[in-house]
Amino acid sequence: MTAALFALAGEAHEVAHLSDGGVLAEFAWLIPLVPLVLMFGIVFFGKRLPYKGWELAEAAMLFVAVYGVALLVLNASEGIHHEGAIEIARIGSYTIEWGWVVDGLSIMMFAVVGVVGLAVFTYAKGYMKGDERYTWFFAAFTLFAGAMLVLVSSANLIQLIVGWELVGVASYLLIGHYWEDHANNAAAIKAFITNKIADVGLVIGVIIVGVTVGSFRFADILGAVFAGDSALAQVAFWAGLALFIGAMGKSAQFPFHVWLPDAMAGPTPVSSLMHAATMVTAGVYLLGRMFPFYQNEMFAADVKAIIIVIGAITLFAMGLIALVQDDIKKVLAYSTLSQLGYMTAAMGAGAYTAGLFHLFSHAFFKGLLFLAAGSVIHGVHSNNMSDMGGLRKSMPWTYRTFLVGSLALAGIFPLAGFWSKDEILASISYDAGHGGGTLASVVLWVAIAGAFVTAFYMARAVYLTFFGEYKGHAHPHESPRVMTYPMIGLAGLSIVAGFVNVPGVFTGFTDWLAARPFPMGDHHAEAINLALAAIGLLVALGGIAAGTRLWRRDAATQQERDRFRIPVLYPVLANKYYIDDLYRVALVDPIKGPVARFINWTNTYVIDAVVNAFGAVSKGLATFVYWGLDQRGIDLTINAIAGGTGEAGEALRHTTTGRVQQYLGALFAGAVLLVLGLLIFT
Amino acid sequence: MTVSQFLVLGALLFSIGIYGVLVRRNAVLVLLSVELMLAAVNINLVAFGAFLQDSLLSGQAFALFVITIAAAEVGIGLAIIVLIFRNRSSANVDELDLMRW
Amino acid sequence: MDIGAWWEWTTDWLSDAQNVLFVVIALVMVFAALRVVTSPNVVHATLMLVLALGGSAALFLMLGAEFVAWALVLVYIGAVVVLFLFGIMITRAPTGRDPVSLDHKRRWPAALVALTTFVTLASVSVAAFEDRVIENTVSRTGDLGDLLFSRFVMPFEAVSFVLLAALIGGIVIARKDPE
Repeated sequence: MTAALFALAGEAHEVAHLSDGGVLAEFAWLIPLVPLVLMFGIVFFGKRLPYKGWELAEAAMLFVAVYGVALLVLNASEGIHHEGAIEIARIGSYTIEWGWVVDGLSIMMFAVVGVVGLAVFTYAKGYMKGDERYTWFFAAFTLFAGAMLVLVSSANLIQLIVGWELVGVASYLLIGHYWEDHANNAAAIKAFITNKIADVGLVIGVIIVGVTVGSFRFADILGAVFAGDSALAQVAFWAGLALFIGAMGKSAQFPFHVWLPDAMAGPTPVSSLMHAATMVTAGVYLLGRMFPFYQNEMFAADVKAIIIVIGAITLFAMGLIALVQDDIKKVLAYSTLSQLGYMTAAMGAGAYTAGLFHLFSHAFFKGLLFLAAGSVIHGVHSNNMSDMGGLRKSMPWTYRTFLVGSLALAGIFPLAGFWSKDEILASISYDAGHGGGTLASVVLWVAIAGAFVTAFYMARAVYLTFFGEYKGHAHPHESPRVMTYPMIGLAGLSIVAGFVNVPGVFTGFTDWLAARPFPMGDHHAEAINLALAAIGLLVALGGIAAGTRLWRRDAATQQERDRFRIPVLYPVLANKYYIDDLYRVALVDPIKGPVARFINWTNTYVIDAVVNAFGAVSKGLATFVYWGLDQRGIDLTINAIAGGTGEAGEALRHTTTGRVQQYLGALFAGAVLLVLGLLIFT
Repeated sequence: MTVSQFLVLGALLFSIGIYGVLVRRNAVLVLLSVELMLAAVNINLVAFGAFLQDSLLSGQAFALFVITIAAAEVGIGLAIIVLIFRNRSSANVDELDLMRW
Repeated sequence: MDIGAWWEWTTDWLSDAQNVLFVVIALVMVFAALRVVTSPNVVHATLMLVLALGGSAALFLMLGAEFVAWALVLVYIGAVVVLFLFGIMITRAPTGRDPVSLDHKRRWPAALVALTTFVTLASVSVAAFEDRVIENTVSRTGDLGDLLFSRFVMPFEAVSFVLLAALIGGIVIARKDPE
């Protein structure tokens, strides 16, 4: 086992010399705290403020963004690792504490959440204008930001679960923002329940790991991994699998993906920040946080095969569904699912840096794409691409930013997506040669095919929305500056974000992420794999070309275009592989019907009967005590005593006649009797 | 002269006085009977004083005090009776029953 | 009880002249006392009291307490009985026979009490002091006066206060309201 350990270390960069991070890291616990505190501010005072609470939310995100970027810069110059904790409780031998860890991984997440969040919050000011629950929206959104930051800064698994569940709550609240329409309610519940089912796995995994190691802290768990703890090694496979199931729920991997497309019922800023950039990446983050656990042969390395397969299925199958969607947000949702599959597959291939680098760049361009889509929806008052067309002229900035985002997503040089997707392909290829075997090779080809599909559906989306003739009935106009400026900002980031990790030239991102107390043991490419890069680029260009060929010219309606092109697959894809129907028939209907009725019967006739019996017995007892014992027994006795005393007094009062002579007579008689008594008895 | 004869006489007068106090209806007559009782007490005191041949003559001294107190008591008693008579124009003891139930 | 011994003792007792005098005075006193409590005439009752008190003064003389005897005559008969007569006058008791009965209707409880009292007291006294004889001595008034102002000065002063209080109290109680 130690041999495996050394083999991994040899391939990895050495662990950089880590500094404590100074004052900035010491106060990093403010990062999750400030949004949560300001959330309460919005809840209590929001309606009275001039901007109805938006200013507090924006201030929170500004604080997080500035602090996160400052930490990022500091981390770039000197690797930071800092942990702090406050003990909350002790249960047996387990300590429950509130801990925060400031290392490369969490700093990267702070920066992403902060910057993308700042852009989205600014955009939301314009998008949500006139909404009747404006203040509440920003309160829930700030809650989400705080909860996400709690999740990524947590130093122990219990706190991670707290943050995990809180983002789930925030997601439910925000998806169901337009709850007047029942379908939106159903979508929110679906998201929550699907996540909750997957969370069973998360909790089981946390319990197994925590009990075996004796502590829930990441430092202790990973320390046990590096020490070769045999007890942990025995349970590692099942624990790792359970934790991955939890990650599957939050990151919407097949088969837990069903909630994400429905979550598009929420407002577009929510879709942008939560369901593209941050919340859904929590699963990938968890895998990253626990990476040595999965990387070490002795522990959960066998789970990686499952991880990579799930990732591959998700990335390809979901990409195909995006081809037949009419709703522009659904296209982007399935695209997100597909890209999450890329990140998961990367993690399954042991590519720590590649997966997280894709998370980083995806946050920018997918967030941007959602904002631009929202801008289009805002201008056209419809989600469907069949109501759009030719918006290139009426919404120029939206068109330009959407185009940049699409090119980044497709992976066109030199935008961000090219670098991150290439890194993933290179890592999977490396894994195929070093332990991943044929499975990894297959996944590599699937990923390349997925790149083609990605470019294909994004080209479709661009042409159907912005080219041809306008088919709707509204008056499309460009969105206000408060919405376009954040889009432009994110577009700029989508262009340059890739340059932070050019293998062989500037590997800053790798170094940033390596700032952890243990070596991650993943492979880093020393130079650009030109062959793979070229293949990826060609495949993407091919997808764009195919899309242009098919959809550049206008066709009458959406359905006609699609059905004509993909004759066999269309029904299957349109019904999303019938997975939703399967779940409905197998799970939802039985529970709603027979199971619910049985539970209701048990509740009414069993549980309620017991409770009612208790109540009846108590009442009978009380009645007996009152009537029998108290009223007739005790009260009667006391009343008799009182009455008797009264009557005795009534009788005796006749002796007070007021006549002195009678008193005197009694006195003398009494005295004589006393004397006689004295004489007789002595 | 035996002591007992004086004591018996005193007892007799005392009892007659008791009878008078309890029976008479005129307030003044009640007071009169009380005077009779006091006289009987005087006889007892002086008889004992003479019998014991007290060097302190305490029997006689006390008899003097009894006489004095009797006089004071009669004065007050009659003043009260006068007041009652003034309020109720009757000296009948039977009618003085306001402090009854 | 041996009747013979008792008769012997009684005749012996009566042979003494003082005892005969005592019996006479005692009979007068008892008769007067009975009239006090039974007379239907208020003024007669008062005058019978004078007689009873006079009899007791005579007995005091026999016992040698001269000062007490004359003090009794002066104070009791001279002042108190006169006060009684004044009281009768003010309360307008009818002179002569009272048309309204002066006694309660039911007299037997009082008689019973009085009788019981007498029997108790007399029997107790006789049982305690059967035959004890009083020596004939006459006490000196001067000695009594000395004693009053030496050994009995405190009660003396207290009694003076009582008299003062009675005097003032009598005036206050009986005066007409100043209106």
